[in-house]
Amino acid sequence: MKGGAGNVALLAVAVALPFIFPTYQAQLAFLLVMVLFAMTWDMQGGQMGYNSFGNVVFFGVGMYACIAVQVGLVFPLSEYTAPGGTKVFTFTDTQFMRGLALGMVAGGLAAVALAATLGAAILGLRGHYFAIGTLGLGIAAGEIAGGIPIIGAGKGIVPPIFPDSFGSRERFFYFVFLALTVLAFVTFKWLYRGRFGLALNAIRDDEDKAEAMGLRTTRYKTVAWCVSALFLGLMGGGVGILIGFVDPRNTAFAAGTFGVWMVLMAILGGKGTIWGPVIGAVVFHVFREFFWTYLFGWQRVALGLLIVVIVVFFPTGIVGWVRKRWPERFGRRIESAAGE
Amino acid sequence: MSVLLEVDRVTKAWGGVVANREVSLEVTEGGIVGLIGPNGSGKTTLFGSICGAHPIDAGAIRFRGEDISTLRTDAIARRGLVRTFQTTRIYAEMSCVQNMLISAPNRDEGILDMFRRFPAEQREHADDLLQFVGLYDKRRLLAGDLSFGQRKLLEFAMALMNEPTLLLLDEPTAGINPTLINSLIDRLKRANAERGVTLFVIEHNMRVIMALARHIYCLAHGELLASGPPEAVRGDQRVIDAYLGAH
Repeated sequence: MKGGAGNVALLAVAVALPFIFPTYQAQLAFLLVMVLFAMTWDMQGGQMGYNSFGNVVFFGVGMYACIAVQVGLVFPLSEYTAPGGTKVFTFTDTQFMRGLALGMVAGGLAAVALAATLGAAILGLRGHYFAIGTLGLGIAAGEIAGGIPIIGAGKGIVPPIFPDSFGSRERFFYFVFLALTVLAFVTFKWLYRGRFGLALNAIRDDEDKAEAMGLRTTRYKTVAWCVSALFLGLMGGGVGILIGFVDPRNTAFAAGTFGVWMVLMAILGGKGTIWGPVIGAVVFHVFREFFWTYLFGWQRVALGLLIVVIVVFFPTGIVGWVRKRWPERFGRRIESAAGE
Repeated sequence: MSVLLEVDRVTKAWGGVVANREVSLEVTEGGIVGLIGPNGSGKTTLFGSICGAHPIDAGAIRFRGEDISTLRTDAIARRGLVRTFQTTRIYAEMSCVQNMLISAPNRDEGILDMFRRFPAEQREHADDLLQFVGLYDKRRLLAGDLSFGQRKLLEFAMALMNEPTLLLLDEPTAGINPTLINSLIDRLKRANAERGVTLFVIEHNMRVIMALARHIYCLAHGELLASGPPEAVRGDQRVIDAYLGAH
């Protein structure tokens, strides 16, 4: 397979990167977070045509669930988050790692359960109504989490400290996220190739028609949301520990940053394609880091301009533009019956 | 021949406008039935009612004896009652083959079936049907890049792919050039004869409906005006008056 060799080479580069650029390990780990954001968003926004601004909710739920499990397995959670506490909580290596593994899984499952519940209620909305509804979801989640004392309420929560004995925290999570990204990519590619992918595309192109042809559209939409939620929920816990502090509105349920970025990255790269979100996330993240480093003070203006340029000049994204330019390369051609 | 579809005194109003008033009709298995009537006479509303696109106000719709008037669109389609649209609806950003594959029957689809690949015989069947409507050469093109007439043919092929028992066609020849119309009539007849698909057709083109249908119903102002064999309906003075606007 021609594509296989390329993928293996790319994976080798990805594995080598933190060793080649040890000073950029944190940025690289966040780059993978961005790739996962864009990829999971694209299942709704790109493949299914549902512009969700609420996917960040699953990320935040995963983050809180992971910390709750990780702490809760060793100490009472209410003591851990008690205001003004002077008690010191230390985790042994085993306690930390076991908690992290179980916590991430719990995060994924909690996110899936939430997606299944919310999906039944909100996936009936279409077009702009769905976008607005999910936007509210992200903001509401932040406010709700900010009002629950046992998870730290508005003052946030500090996840367990990453133990020194496992080396660099950034490198550790880089590889955790790399494994998740590869797993997500392979899963999505497999899903998009069969009935599932075409059903999502059919819903995107004409949902009424899909229904008139007997497709169980609600089921497909809900399952797709659960798949996205699973990966976001799994990742959330890791990101919490990598950052080292969880604020309900700015880290966990950051609708204004992560929630919007995932949309932009997928659109920039080309939504509805498998590589588009990956490319979009890389380009976006690199530009953002450059702006924050070299244009400090004007970084948000530069980012805003970048977004305008994306929307105006690349409405179909990088991959979409390439595909429109050379449709034959993507198999869009007239075939004569004799030629087969 | 058994009765496949039975519309029993169906009434449907849009606000104050009564689009269908106590309409009753029957479609027998294996037949080709036509539905004609002037613009705004309630033909498409009746199709929508039958397919569950909107709830009806009164009456009953039975498909193979089962009342389907409260079922959802997709549940009705899975029972073998499929429609095409007057405005022609295809999945524009997908290739013709993909349009066909996703239209494959999904009657007993379980959770795991959602993740299945398409079996080889389904792909062959899709190719056969595209050949049948003459779109085989274009099968790798995006459906949205097809001409209007070709889209109609694709939508028809998609409907056949779904293996319906009863196919409701809403103006299958509207906007299609005369040459293509003849081949479409031929294909509709063949689908009926060879594949055993019962057809219920809305059509404005009198030449088409006379050539196609064995029984015709005529609606006017939301009410059933006349019914019978094509020749009889065409000669019916009330039908002529309705079309020419006499009252």
